[in-house]
Amino acid sequence: MSPPRSLFDKVWEAHTVRELPDGQTQLFIGLHLIHEVTSPQAFAMIREMELPVRVPGRTFATVDHIIPTDSQLRPLTDDLAEQMMVALETNCRKHEIPLFDPASGRQGVVHVIGPELGLTQPAMTVACGDSHTSTHGAFGAIAFGIGTSQVRDVLATQCLAMAKPELRRIEVTGKLGGGVYAKDVILHIIRRLGVKGGVGYAYEYAGPVVEAMALEERLTLCNMSIEGGARVGYVSPDETTFAYLKGREFSPKGEDWDRAVAWWRSMASEEGAAVDDRVEFDGAEIPPTVTWGIHPGQAAGVDEPIPQLSEIADDDRPAFAEALDFMGFKPGQPIAGTKVDVAFIGSCTNGRISDFREAARVARTGKVAPGVRTLVVPGSQEVARQAEAEGLDEVFRAAGFDWREPGCSMCLAMNPDKLVGREVCASSSNRNFKGRQGSPTGRTLLMSPAMVAAAALRGEVTDLREIL
Amino acid sequence: MAEKIIERVAGRACVVRGTDIDTDRIIPARYLRCVTFDGLGEHAFRDDREQAKGDHPLDDERFAGAKILVVGENFGCGSSREHAPQSLMRFGFQAFVGGSFAEIFAGNCTALGLPCVTLAGGDLAALMDSIDLDPSQELVVDLVARTVTARIGSLAAGIRDGTRKALLEGSWNATNQLREAGGAIEAVAEALPYTRGFQG
Repeated sequence: MSPPRSLFDKVWEAHTVRELPDGQTQLFIGLHLIHEVTSPQAFAMIREMELPVRVPGRTFATVDHIIPTDSQLRPLTDDLAEQMMVALETNCRKHEIPLFDPASGRQGVVHVIGPELGLTQPAMTVACGDSHTSTHGAFGAIAFGIGTSQVRDVLATQCLAMAKPELRRIEVTGKLGGGVYAKDVILHIIRRLGVKGGVGYAYEYAGPVVEAMALEERLTLCNMSIEGGARVGYVSPDETTFAYLKGREFSPKGEDWDRAVAWWRSMASEEGAAVDDRVEFDGAEIPPTVTWGIHPGQAAGVDEPIPQLSEIADDDRPAFAEALDFMGFKPGQPIAGTKVDVAFIGSCTNGRISDFREAARVARTGKVAPGVRTLVVPGSQEVARQAEAEGLDEVFRAAGFDWREPGCSMCLAMNPDKLVGREVCASSSNRNFKGRQGSPTGRTLLMSPAMVAAAALRGEVTDLREIL
Repeated sequence: MAEKIIERVAGRACVVRGTDIDTDRIIPARYLRCVTFDGLGEHAFRDDREQAKGDHPLDDERFAGAKILVVGENFGCGSSREHAPQSLMRFGFQAFVGGSFAEIFAGNCTALGLPCVTLAGGDLAALMDSIDLDPSQELVVDLVARTVTARIGSLAAGIRDGTRKALLEGSWNATNQLREAGGAIEAVAEALPYTRGFQG
């Protein structure tokens, strides 16, 4: 009998076209997703090389980063954004690439719509010119965030040249406490392993906590793999995965479905498969987690203080000092009670229906504190329709939240949604980098959507467990 | 069609200290509102430079015209935006020397023919100090010898074998190399059941 194998090894092998002379692997890419920011230059490159799109049927497009969330009416008021939108439309029309634009009713953040349309499937290779492509790993896909030259590679050849990373299995054992979400799990993992701890690795998330997670929670978990340095993160597919996919627009149907499930099962990680490294976390020890610094690894439990300098490793001390200086925080200061000016719920990390349901549970308990600006931004038109069908938009409005149109919004502020000056934002997004939310001096505190809602109600960072 | 062969990059250097410098700092997202990479050079480190009011290494007269950027650990972490290396390249940098680089950033650099090489911690600190003291000195990033040479001597430089080979052989535009597989691409595709919609 052959030794047990990981999904990662099996998918890598099944998609290998050949070993390249430089030692990298030429990998076939099963699903290519594009958007308006990183694709126009790639189309220009293939035009210059006089190459067609090799497999038009395996590329799908949407518009998300630049789209305003107050009104999607054309032309967009920002001329540069309109120009990018037109470039995407022109390129998609020319190359016969389906474009899920606002008129399609299926527009949304690229990492929200791929999963909800059933485009992302287990044991596929996925690529997109966006670092949060790791999200799609929630299905047991091997998904790579790529740069624009690599978007060109995929358009022209449906392949990527990739060095095979090592595999680290991250097991989360036991059970999560109340008020602790997938977002807290991944923030905790990054806090412990560091923002570059995953460089050179693919992460396989496993263990009872991950097995118990709904598919949307796994999307959140895999989404932030890149914030821990790992380009790829995945969960091996199981019944939860198959149940989520069944009946979706691009999912196989009828007998094809049965054959698909059989193949997906055959590709799943096997018990005892070899990995290069293994790390274990106890789910019961993971607190609701909040960042206090300028990268996602600078985080603490909501009931813990910001560390003292003495607790920081020598090498990390300059970064610690820089972070506190930028944030205006002091060592040892409690993170709970920090005043917030803005609350943002949305993004490819936490812009799905389950995120809005959890945030709405909190929103039902009160009203947005005076002076707090809010943005509640569904991840896609489909998420918006579902939320509206459940009356969640009314719950948010009644509590004083601003319910908006789908897009990336204030996660990266390439659109009109931006922080102003030194505002502090409680954010369900993925990056607290300097300037990330549109103001060079704006400050971001990452947390789960329910914690963002709690912060909005109290006007300060709040331990969700006091409310629920 | 082969690309330019890159064996070494020689020139003066600029030092940007700090760990985990992310791509939002290298080029803030609002400057990604464009359909070409032209003109991105002026936006390199835009917010950091404006906040430093002229006191940023990229605005330091002593480093003017530098071809090599010397950085700390985990440089280029964060987003996959190729706009980051594009802006640094258009600013004038042709090679990066650092403690370590984020994976997607390093890959994007290779695709542009820009080597990223790593130095051991002590060597990097000594090199940064030396360049600060004498910014007029010439550095040589030598991919053949796997060294960075400066006034303080010749330092062992790390670079992944495959990347080094691609730069030395001028095969760093992966599209050309990937196309050479020809029909093998379709053969692999056809063997994957999902490309046929799982039809029996």
